[in-house]
Amino acid sequence: MNKEFLVYFIIACVKILLVFGVVQLMIISMIWLERKVMAHMQVRLGPMRVGPHGLLQPIADGIKLLFKEDIIPQKASKLLFILAPIMTVVPALITFAVIPFGDKVKILGYNVDLVITDINVGFLYVFAVSSLGIYGIVMAGWASNNKYSLLGGIRSSAQMISYELTLGLSLIGVVMLTESLSLVDVVNGQAKLWNIVLQPLGFFIYCTSAFAEVNRCPFDLPEAESELVAGYHTEYSSMKFATFFMAEYANMITVSAIAVTFFLGGWHGPFLPPVVWFMLKLSACLFFFIWVRSTYPRLRYDQLMNFGWKFLLPLSLFNILITGFIMILKG
Amino acid sequence: MLHYLPILILFIVAAGFAVTNIGLSAILGRRKPTIEKLMPYECGIDPVGSARERFSVKFYLIAMLFVIFDIEVVFLYPWAVVFKSLKLFGFIEMLVFIGILLVCYLYIWKRGGLEWD
Repeated sequence: MNKEFLVYFIIACVKILLVFGVVQLMIISMIWLERKVMAHMQVRLGPMRVGPHGLLQPIADGIKLLFKEDIIPQKASKLLFILAPIMTVVPALITFAVIPFGDKVKILGYNVDLVITDINVGFLYVFAVSSLGIYGIVMAGWASNNKYSLLGGIRSSAQMISYELTLGLSLIGVVMLTESLSLVDVVNGQAKLWNIVLQPLGFFIYCTSAFAEVNRCPFDLPEAESELVAGYHTEYSSMKFATFFMAEYANMITVSAIAVTFFLGGWHGPFLPPVVWFMLKLSACLFFFIWVRSTYPRLRYDQLMNFGWKFLLPLSLFNILITGFIMILKG
Repeated sequence: MLHYLPILILFIVAAGFAVTNIGLSAILGRRKPTIEKLMPYECGIDPVGSARERFSVKFYLIAMLFVIFDIEVVFLYPWAVVFKSLKLFGFIEMLVFIGILLVCYLYIWKRGGLEWD
């Protein structure tokens, strides 16, 4: 028992450090990729000076931010002000615990699942944890004691809770098909056919809600710079500001990973190794985020709320009913 | 319970990472506070009044609606897991449940609970 536990513990630790490192690397490369891809879509070059094609730009930015002055406004609630970025980034990073990124492999005679942990309520865990991120944003908006921050924080929370509803509802169709809340089972159920074929409407609703959930264009109203300066992180500087950015990118990677797991077949794919397939699909989703950002203008706030409550919510209920209906017909 | 241990480890790693980052910048960055710098930023104009004023009641309404509908979503999860074995019975039951909810939803819509202007 003791030795088994030790092996389990060590394997878990290695997997965690590996996943954590890869996610950090992806965040850094996403920052570069976003600037570069957007630049080329707008027929400019983007960062070119630091390293070949500006590859080292995010690292230079990181070092710069590390040495910047750390300003805490006099009227701010100090504890909440410092805690807010941590509260935002931690949930974004720990969601990866249940996402399967490859098949079982044998390393040094031990069977290793390529998922940090396979819990039977993985689906609930993902939603519970990802909705915690709202607290950090509300705290940041409140603690800054700045009108723009407060408005940004409240707007952001209203937007995120509205779209969290449809986000949860859009995945119920997949759960009905797989009969399990474990993400490993969800991926295994897609060995023959990806869920996107069976749940096209669910995928559409999920994508739209995911964009709103991570505050990305065209739903980036919490940081609408023309009206709110920078929204909830107006007063933040130095590494605290960078932490908010890291949380945004980590959230993007999380929702993309969930989309891959639930709709795009997870690590399933021909010829290439499973991990490579997973990364390829994940990269495609992340590219889609950037693509949408440079294509669509920002919505108005009333349009955003109307779209969520009056269109997406009935549509996601309809998706569940139609899924159930077809499954009954097929027996 | 053993399966939840890696989540705890990951949580410690993530929290440690975030705290280290913010702590490092607090140590490394030099500090030259001035009164102007520590004021709330309002595009260069001295702030008027407190920032913590009352805000639109609509946000409370959204929060309440969220709680109601989110509870419904929670009911749907266990139903979805066992749907295949419940067959037609389960489908009709859920039809009734969603039907009742839809009536409330239409009532809220009709009373202008979802309007934003």
